[in-house]
Amino acid sequence: MRFGIVTFPGSNCDYDAFHAVTEILGEEAVYIWHKDHDLQSADVIILPGGFSYGDYLRAGAIARFSPIMQEVAAHAKSGAPVLAICNGFQIACEAGLLPGALMRNSHLQFVSAEIRIRVENSDTIFTNLYERGEVLRIPVAHGDGRFVATPAVLDQLESEGRVVFKYADANGNPSADANPNGSERNIAGILSDAGNVLGLMPHPERACSPLLGSNDGVRLLESILSRVAA
Amino acid sequence: MAKFRIAVHITPRKGLLDPQGNAVKGALHTLGFKPVRDVHVGRYIIIETDAPDAIAAEETVTDMCRKLLANPVTEDFDIESAVQA
Repeated sequence: MRFGIVTFPGSNCDYDAFHAVTEILGEEAVYIWHKDHDLQSADVIILPGGFSYGDYLRAGAIARFSPIMQEVAAHAKSGAPVLAICNGFQIACEAGLLPGALMRNSHLQFVSAEIRIRVENSDTIFTNLYERGEVLRIPVAHGDGRFVATPAVLDQLESEGRVVFKYADANGNPSADANPNGSERNIAGILSDAGNVLGLMPHPERACSPLLGSNDGVRLLESILSRVAA
Repeated sequence: MAKFRIAVHITPRKGLLDPQGNAVKGALHTLGFKPVRDVHVGRYIIIETDAPDAIAAEETVTDMCRKLLANPVTEDFDIESAVQA
């Protein structure tokens, strides 16, 4: 399977994603420059973390108008998987691929830490190798990670099983203390209505080796492989 | 076509948590500005554009706000009258 990793000016997790796909997963990966109009036959698109366009105006607001985003939107519309991590999540929300928005962390500080998230839905193309309720250790590194949406949208996301991950403590409780950024309802990751676009603030691609503290992110990538290849 | 200058105010949507505004409010209270009830921090953007007339210039900038300058989920915008430059 071929993973296409989009590099925007200011992306800084594209190499981490490349490493995770090629070295850990053992699959093919290509970098896609944001000014191109060619997804290079990628089966899965990754919008990586970073600070595209210096977060000018709003995080992701300018990157969403990069030329390649037309092809990424068409790829998403066709039902093919898009994994949007951190800045990628911000870009996907700005582009309308996912609902809601990501605002400045409630405590105003950049948070770089290993946190825990609970798997809310294990029946997705991104989480089918996890157990529902399982607690994962995954790092976060962001200043604008507070997920917000209208109460109606939040209710819809929850009732449709589109809240995939919630910030939680070691026992799996989505407590206020376990919420690193003030996100509504402790939401850490959501799915598009068709289920093929996942946006999340935590970095699964940085949790792919016990040497780095956790390999809880590996099964997210393997889930895509098992479901899409099947 | 004439040249117009339009100022745009972008503010956090009312009712949403505004941590920047709260932090500034706290600092103002510390400085002794006790009567301050609320502070909101937003953006001020100046657009200089060519347009046939002021109304067309304002319509164009409104379109810019909807498409890029403001996030419809989290922000409100307000446009000042176009000034011919």
